[in-house]
Amino acid sequence: MDYALALFYAFAALAVASAVGVIGVRNPVHAALFLVLTFFSVACSWLLIGAEFLGVALVLVYVGAVMVLFLFVVMMLDIDIARIREGYVRYLPVGLLVAVVMLLEMLALIGVKSRVATAFASNDAALAADSASGNTHWLAQSLFTGFMLPFEVAAVILTVAVIAAVMLTLRRRVGAKHQDPAWQASVRAQDRVRIVKMESAKPQADAGEGGA
Amino acid sequence: MNALLGHGPTLGHYLAFSAVLFCIAVAGIFLNRKNVIVLLMCIELLLLSVNINFVAFSRQLGDAAGQVFVFFILTVAAAEAAIGLAILVTLFRNRRTIDVADIDMLKG
Repeated sequence: MDYALALFYAFAALAVASAVGVIGVRNPVHAALFLVLTFFSVACSWLLIGAEFLGVALVLVYVGAVMVLFLFVVMMLDIDIARIREGYVRYLPVGLLVAVVMLLEMLALIGVKSRVATAFASNDAALAADSASGNTHWLAQSLFTGFMLPFEVAAVILTVAVIAAVMLTLRRRVGAKHQDPAWQASVRAQDRVRIVKMESAKPQADAGEGGA
Repeated sequence: MNALLGHGPTLGHYLAFSAVLFCIAVAGIFLNRKNVIVLLMCIELLLLSVNINFVAFSRQLGDAAGQVFVFFILTVAAAEAAIGLAILVTLFRNRRTIDVADIDMLKG
């Protein structure tokens, strides 16, 4: 076994173990942290086969943004963990059975194909000739030529998602004080100040001493 | 890189790795049926295992389209997580619970 294969097994074992942790632990905060570890291990395994841009993007986007969002929401909500774990043991046999059967089927098919497969290293030369300056350049050339329209659609999707998330969680709280800039700009002096004509009067001698 | 590392992992290694992650995520959806947050995390795991397949095939075939697709899947998954969590926050604010069993108002 060479070094790359050993590294792959280490990353894969770590990712699988932490994925089991995600679905197994009792506390949602721990589950989110295990998911961070899973994403990080998978990103390492992508770096191993030369997908550098996506590996770093996975760490930045998921570990940096999405998982922080998850942790934020998990900590913000007050969840009754004991109640939410009801039924875990009840569904354990069926869930495990389905998962194991699916896994065996997929592994059998993959085993058939991998008998004839060669190592990734064998087409390394063709890949290197295709991309003079690395994975990012290679990916960007494809992304900004053939996939330009889907790229822009993805940007629109992200914008819509941001607006949707804000609109879903926005609420007008009663009793909160807001500023209305249009009303502030269009206000006139006679709306604010009322001048009252009064007769001037001389203060009494003892009332002026008392004050309050 | 070839001289230093010899035979690296093959396509089969990555497909098996992805299959294992996929099955763990499906089992997690079965097991954590009441906890919406862990359900969302399991969906993220499912998408991740699909992405592993895309990256591995892209590497095997020397085709950039696979990795471009992973990029788009990451985009959509991030949007999905943001909107899902926003719905979750709104739900919790209105019902004071995120238990799936309590959310049956559409049943009539």
